[in-house]
Amino acid sequence: MHLKYESQLREPLVYGDKNYHQVTEDIVRPIEAKPTRLWYIGFYIAVCLLLFGVYAIYRDVTYGIGQWNLNKTVGWGWDITNFVWWVGIGHAGTLISAILLLFRQGWRTGVNRAAEAMTIFAVMCAGQFPIWHMGRVWMAFFVLPYPNSRGPLWVNFNSPLLWDVFAISTYFTVSLLFWYSGLLPDFATVRDRAFTKLRKRLYGVAAFGWTGSTKHWQRHESLSLVLAGLSTPLVLSVHTIVSFDFATSVIPGWHTTIFPPYFVAGAIFSGFAMVQSLMVIIRKVFAMEDYITMGHIEAMNKVIVLTGSIVGVAYLTELFMGWYSQNKYEGYTFWYSRAYLFSPYGWSYWGMMACNVLSPQIFWFRKMRRNIFVTFFMSVIVNIGMWFERFVIIVTSLYRDYLPSSWSVYYSPTIWEIGFYAGTFGLFFTCFFLFAKYFPVIAIAEIKYVLKTTGEGYKGRMDKIEGESLETFVHDHAH
Amino acid sequence: MAKKKFVIGCFDDEAVLFPAVKKVRTAGYKIHDVYTPFAVHGLDHAMGLRETSLHTAGFIYGITGTTTALSCISWIFTKDWPLNIGGKPHFALPAWIPITFELTVLFAAVGMVLTFCYLCQLAPFVKKHHFHARSTDDLFVMVIECTDKTNTDDLQAFLTSGGAVETNVQVAEEGWWLGRYDQDEMPFQTKEIVAA
Repeated sequence: MHLKYESQLREPLVYGDKNYHQVTEDIVRPIEAKPTRLWYIGFYIAVCLLLFGVYAIYRDVTYGIGQWNLNKTVGWGWDITNFVWWVGIGHAGTLISAILLLFRQGWRTGVNRAAEAMTIFAVMCAGQFPIWHMGRVWMAFFVLPYPNSRGPLWVNFNSPLLWDVFAISTYFTVSLLFWYSGLLPDFATVRDRAFTKLRKRLYGVAAFGWTGSTKHWQRHESLSLVLAGLSTPLVLSVHTIVSFDFATSVIPGWHTTIFPPYFVAGAIFSGFAMVQSLMVIIRKVFAMEDYITMGHIEAMNKVIVLTGSIVGVAYLTELFMGWYSQNKYEGYTFWYSRAYLFSPYGWSYWGMMACNVLSPQIFWFRKMRRNIFVTFFMSVIVNIGMWFERFVIIVTSLYRDYLPSSWSVYYSPTIWEIGFYAGTFGLFFTCFFLFAKYFPVIAIAEIKYVLKTTGEGYKGRMDKIEGESLETFVHDHAH
Repeated sequence: MAKKKFVIGCFDDEAVLFPAVKKVRTAGYKIHDVYTPFAVHGLDHAMGLRETSLHTAGFIYGITGTTTALSCISWIFTKDWPLNIGGKPHFALPAWIPITFELTVLFAAVGMVLTFCYLCQLAPFVKKHHFHARSTDDLFVMVIECTDKTNTDDLQAFLTSGGAVETNVQVAEEGWWLGRYDQDEMPFQTKEIVAA
């Protein structure tokens, strides 16, 4: 009864004829081995970028955000572009771990751990931008509603910017809890097979004394399922609220009702692209091709072509409405500031169109979906495209406002704006390199759980079950 | 807590474990626990454990969050400091939905995780007795509590006949204490490490 059956027609999720112990060996190996030279080089570059970012922020706090090229009309520039970009990337992890869990998508087990880690690091990077954009960052606690001696002066609960504070911090907390509760059993696995005292001690602390008791597993399952149920609307709400930052304003190009679904689709699109970039590297560097299979990569590419096309429909709808509304300001923003190739920022609009709408269509072909190089190349292209999208939305709507006398000079970032962005890359990859070295990058317990159903070696033995009469089959295996 | 005597039977296949659990229970032994490397579905039912109520706790935490958000915001915006925002109503419920939703999720998630850790007695620096180092790797470890009348030799033979690949007797603490893991056995110590 407990030996479940899965059709041989479905592609295996774990290749090779493995047993439980081999799964542990394969996934824990990178933690127990010395880091490679490549790891040190990558980590060093990431830390250098991070330090440059820290210096850029140090200057930002010392001299004020006047060192950025923000001006009279372009009050949001690279900073908020990067904020939305990172938050968008941070959507894939929880989508994979929560929504795909509810939809019973078995392939999530191979990639959920790393995708969730990526989510947490991306949200950490995103959070930097609004915080340092405040300028007087030592007053950041003003956004928290608590009885204070300033009146009490409360925050505006009707403002989307405050909703964002709640949404992002809730999202970060819940993602972190979800990720860490899933890590407990795997830390226990690493602890129990550790062969140095230090490792035994540290993973002993990290595993919270997990034993694998049946009652604990029962509660753990219940916890994961409810957290998944909570995270599903949460992940949709976060980018919806980010889109409200724009949609509730009266700026042409922002004031549209399709923003929430359009932003959510874009977030999933860019998030999956980032997961692809990292997965392609991890499976190669850590030799995890048996666990992160071509089937996983193909499934994610399907999500990319779907969400990319949804985003494409949203772009076209906006253009259509720019004309159909017969609103002069909307028309000017969409048809001149954005879609006209020779307008000052026309290059960014067409860059966005090429990267986000046209190029992912290549994934309609199965051969392309299952090609590692195409996948990696496209994942980078999509993330560039999604950065352009946020830049287009923010800057092309702002650089020419209602009053031509205040039309700004051409906005381009200073080295410190770029440095800040580079710094968040440093933060992201520093965290990711540490994660890849010290954490089990694949959920060991979850792989073991699906091993006997979807492992290649076990599937091969399902001939016998398939040869049985229908009656025996239903009696023995269906439940 | 007092130490107790346990008989341990290790199984390497969940398909063998299920009938063994049934046999041991029918024979009248008290299963202290079964330690598994992953969640084995149906094992809780086979052992006769009751369903967990953790999700009910989650629901209660969730509505606590909803109530907290709505009561705080409405008090602040209608009683404590009614701000005139473009002549709009002070009680602006639709605008409060996002924060109310976020706090519902936040309270439910944080509350559930803390409750989970409390119920399972999980925390940093907590230590518990491990009956077998491979129970988090590839063995399903059934632990049976002994009474004064238990004949451990018979019980071990009984477990072996039920398919156990390894059996032994241990006297162990059943609760938790604060401690470190670095004095534990290291069964994989001699293993050769190949660079990744």
